[in-house]
Amino acid sequence: MAMLDIDNLHAKIEGEDGKEILKGLSLKVNPGEVHAIMGPNGSGKSTLSYILAGKDDYEVTEGSVTLNGEDLLEMEIDERAAKGVFLAFQYPIEVPGVATMTFLRSALNAQRKKRGEEEISTPDFLRLVKEKAAGLGISQDMLKRGVNVGFSGGEKKRAEILQMAILEPKIAILDETDSGLDIDALKIVSEGVNALRSPERGMIVITHYQRLLNHIVPDFVHVMHKGRIVRSGGKELALELEANGYAEYQQDAA
Amino acid sequence: MNAEIRPMRTPAEQGLSGELKNLPSSGGARIVALREAAAKAFNDNGLPHRRVEEWKYTDLRTLMREALPISSPAQSAQVEAHARLLIDTGARRIVVANGAVVPELSDLADLEPGLTVQPLATALAAGGDLIARLGTLETGRYDAALALNTALAADGVAISVAPGAVIERPIHVAHVFSGKAAASFARNLVVLGEGASLTYAESFEGPEGVAYQVNSATEFVVADEASLDLVRVQEEGANALHLSTLLFEVGKAVKLNAFTFTSGAAVTRTSLYARLNGADSAVSFNGAILLKGRQHADSTLFVDHQTTGCESRELFKHVLDDSTRGVFQGKIVVRQPAQKTDGRMMSRALLLGDDAEMDNKPELEIFADDVACGHGATCGAIDDDLLFYLRARGIPLKEAQSLLVQAFVGEAIETVANDELRDALVERAEAWLKARA
Repeated sequence: MAMLDIDNLHAKIEGEDGKEILKGLSLKVNPGEVHAIMGPNGSGKSTLSYILAGKDDYEVTEGSVTLNGEDLLEMEIDERAAKGVFLAFQYPIEVPGVATMTFLRSALNAQRKKRGEEEISTPDFLRLVKEKAAGLGISQDMLKRGVNVGFSGGEKKRAEILQMAILEPKIAILDETDSGLDIDALKIVSEGVNALRSPERGMIVITHYQRLLNHIVPDFVHVMHKGRIVRSGGKELALELEANGYAEYQQDAA
Repeated sequence: MNAEIRPMRTPAEQGLSGELKNLPSSGGARIVALREAAAKAFNDNGLPHRRVEEWKYTDLRTLMREALPISSPAQSAQVEAHARLLIDTGARRIVVANGAVVPELSDLADLEPGLTVQPLATALAAGGDLIARLGTLETGRYDAALALNTALAADGVAISVAPGAVIERPIHVAHVFSGKAAASFARNLVVLGEGASLTYAESFEGPEGVAYQVNSATEFVVADEASLDLVRVQEEGANALHLSTLLFEVGKAVKLNAFTFTSGAAVTRTSLYARLNGADSAVSFNGAILLKGRQHADSTLFVDHQTTGCESRELFKHVLDDSTRGVFQGKIVVRQPAQKTDGRMMSRALLLGDDAEMDNKPELEIFADDVACGHGATCGAIDDDLLFYLRARGIPLKEAQSLLVQAFVGEAIETVANDELRDALVERAEAWLKARA
């Protein structure tokens, strides 16, 4: 049994005549695997990430998603997080007035509580954050500020990876983590992600461009188009896409 | 021939007029005349209703169903048990129960040099310079709550700080109501000499389930270059009617920062009148109002810029759950000589309840031509994207809402300079959120 098993997933935007975005998507992710999902704009990549995280703007009309055999779609948003789902947002949101440290600690303790574990002690928490933040070049000043408030695009993405490092998810979904990053920032973020690769953790890396995959080398590459995975292969598929573009798939579908 | 049309007098108005037949007699001829004039004003004008512009959203004539007998002195053991607010802040505490100072619960000994703290009743009996300031601040209009207070209050706290005296330890006047339903009146006077500095807190609390009435008025006379921090916490019992009037006379180059936290009483009206008489003062009037059930709270402010170069700021944050109603009315007047005035007000409301209502009425009246004035108001629910972000990290819905509400009111609470008082306010906001979750 795969850790994350997405089977024939159909979903539409919530509402009477909501547009269907996912049209029979299937994907299996095992522990230790990194899957890249590539595809043109509007193929449904971000929708997939939101549906996995539990955003309620979408309605699943067919198919299933299980995490270690449990029905993910039945779970509340925070319950999914506690079970190990982590979405690194394409556009991390600013939360004025909630200090990053308070936020990280509330999140970690809420997850632990839900799993029946003890809350982390203050010294252990401070040590953990200090260690992880240093590796990502996140200053103490940033940690004291409101979540993402006044952060640059690159800082926001690094902050997402810090959250991931602290929450230690089972399955991480990185939604266009490379967007808005310059080469240096891309390197720092990629190193942060690579440090979190582990035999127990699965990752889905959603990206439009191949360049991220030079840094985060995937085990599998999938091409998504019009709400489905239309082709799968190894890491060499990304290079092929870089050379030929998505035109081939867009023609196929037309 | 003019036929004056007068509405029928309500039972509450009739009852209050009855109380006004027996005015307190202390304080000498000037004070007695003030009381008589206030009583006459009330008898002539009665309680305000929705056709009186300043009371448009708080129809006191309807909301105050009956006049209650004036409260009798409370038992100090009961008062002690009830007085919980701001207790661990290290402030010098003076307890006023049912409108009268309770000396055995008040810390009136070892006053810092330059500081005078007296029960108002004592000061009235003695007369003197301090009492000469009482009742001298004008509102420029008939205010029923203030008129009743002026006519009927016989005690409260009178404080003066000598010129140049910097009083480090905050003074906290704890107003407590205890006993059966009654009406309590307290009048306070705070006078700061030139260059003096004081942090003054007042709190209000009382029993749940008793429909009592509190009418408090505090006059602040702040001389040139003085500095005043005012922190207020109103957590009356859920059935109470609370009327507060705050009057400020501000000299030149004054620093004044006032903050009010309100989560109590069925009906609250806080009227604030500030007259900026001296140049180059900086004042701010801020508030956080958290309501649930069917509570109604009205904050009405009049800030009058009379002279040049003053800055005034207002920031009010309402959190409205269930079927509550919040009212913010802010008026900034800039007189012709008040060039270089910088006046701004902002009201933000977070509507948590489906039936909650917020009424905002900002007004600017500007007669000078070189000024910067502005106002803004927002109302809305908690942002869904923020909630999703917090929940996607594992924070449950209620906790995520609490964090966001805390952040929302935190912006106003942060304006309080004193660490202990600010922490106490954060803690009161947390307690409110905890009770909700």
